[in-house]
Amino acid sequence: MNQERKEETPAAPAHSLVMGRILERLAGSGALIFSHSQKGDDTIVIQPEDILDVMRTLRDDPQLGFDIMMDLTVADYLGAERVWPYLAGLKARFEVIYHLYSIEKNHRIRVKAPLTLENLYIDSITGVWAGADWFEREAYDLYGVVFRGHPNLKRILLYEGFEGHPLRKDYPKMKRQPLIGPRN
Amino acid sequence: MSELIRPGYDFHKETHTEPMVINMGPSHPATHGTVRFFLTLDGEIIEQIEVEIGYLHRAFEKECENQFWNGVFPYTDRLDYTAAALNNVGYALAAEKLIGITVPERCQYLRVIAGELARLSGHYTNLGAAALELGALTAFIYFVEARELVWDLIESLCGARLTHNYVRIGGVTADLPEGFAEHAREVFRRNRELWDDFAKLLLKNRIFLDRMRATGGISRQDAIEWGFTGPCLRACGVPYDVRRAQPYLVYGQLDFDIPVGETGDNLDRFLVRLEEINQSIRILEQCLERIPPGPINVDNPEWRQPSKDDIHRDMESMIFHFKNTFEGQKIPAGEVYQAIEGANGELGFYLVSSGAGKPLKCRVRPPCFALTSAMPLMVKGAFLADLIPTFDMINLIGGECDR
Repeated sequence: MNQERKEETPAAPAHSLVMGRILERLAGSGALIFSHSQKGDDTIVIQPEDILDVMRTLRDDPQLGFDIMMDLTVADYLGAERVWPYLAGLKARFEVIYHLYSIEKNHRIRVKAPLTLENLYIDSITGVWAGADWFEREAYDLYGVVFRGHPNLKRILLYEGFEGHPLRKDYPKMKRQPLIGPRN
Repeated sequence: MSELIRPGYDFHKETHTEPMVINMGPSHPATHGTVRFFLTLDGEIIEQIEVEIGYLHRAFEKECENQFWNGVFPYTDRLDYTAAALNNVGYALAAEKLIGITVPERCQYLRVIAGELARLSGHYTNLGAAALELGALTAFIYFVEARELVWDLIESLCGARLTHNYVRIGGVTADLPEGFAEHAREVFRRNRELWDDFAKLLLKNRIFLDRMRATGGISRQDAIEWGFTGPCLRACGVPYDVRRAQPYLVYGQLDFDIPVGETGDNLDRFLVRLEEINQSIRILEQCLERIPPGPINVDNPEWRQPSKDDIHRDMESMIFHFKNTFEGQKIPAGEVYQAIEGANGELGFYLVSSGAGKPLKCRVRPPCFALTSAMPLMVKGAFLADLIPTFDMINLIGGECDR
């Protein structure tokens, strides 16, 4: 009955050409923590301090040319750190996740930067892609990650006066919020 | 009065005016989907605009994290509710990529059919509403009829008109009903007539053209920088369509064109969407012709809820039926990003599994979120009246933008 389950073909290369180029560019910088190409999605995990350098490299390198910042989000691995072995070593609980795409070269990359609860800061990439503005505000709103250098970091989906960051795993689903009343 | 006509008098410079701050929305007739604009106006010119979204936030991600993998589908329906089946397809493809299964060919065709019908419904709604808000009520009624006919088709396919909930991980809920192809051909014939009437009503209408042309424009570089995808990016002349760039399902075997614009203004966005309606019908006609017979679900009870017959006959089906209902499907730990071409642009699902029955994270990349964030860029310095067509062509869907 399990004939539909396809195992990863062992003959496939460990990573794509793009990934090779990225690893070549990042070699020696100390930025890279981990990389994988699970399910064909090329992924690099980098030190959060190096996010701006790495993003500029990815955008400006003529062979990479990632011109669109497709998505920016955060994941909270509280209680599930075992999913990624490197998280335990860094004592990290959060990951900021960027998905980039290159229109011209038609390839994608996922960039992840692990963060700890105590140091939930990362540089804003609004200077690299202006379109990251609202995505970073949303990540701040729902997870409480502070993007340093963001021009207007305030809540976006929720209202001013909301307490806590609801997508954190320790935020109870049914938690009540105080009434804020009209502000005129 | 005499000093007013003295030589060198500059009316705009010397007349004392102050900018006016007005609040538009969240329940303004033109801000469908509840969104609020804080506008600073100099006369009729928009000096500053701040867009406030979030009025339709329903904690999509938090709810999904508390659902079994298959329980997420009804929530995805309510993202872009004008094109619900597309969201179903996107989520199912992402989950299947994470599991590592491929659905049978007939199922892939069925998903393309459901998705393209949903895209038709989304485009009819968008274009009709845009015409309505510029005063063309008649044109709106034509596309409402076209949308009703498409909804009839969808209803015969899955029983629901608006929130389809049609797709499941590893398959779809139902096969084509009898006589679907003939019904569909009849609908497409009528919809082509309605399309012709709609286009004739608007594309020679001076008022409509003046309000659409050269308003809300954005340059190609800015559009890319701000993460534009879908019809709004194609209107700038970038032929990026996920169906063509990174084909999924059977789009690689289908013959369709990708309309692109030149200037990136509202009229181009309108025309791109108008042509995409024709292309969607082309895709649907090819699908109905080519759809092969065969199963519509993967033959694996672990990933696709087994039928009642199988549960009574087959031990493994019975076990997985019980386990999937009470514990959820145990999708292997990992992460995956799957993009599809939604009605508004690239609809991406980023799923993380920890190996439990529920998603650790279920993120959706909403295309109109990125589009709306660039609103200030598009309307600053324009007339207040230009805000309406620009906002229409951005096609903010509250359910998708606010989640």
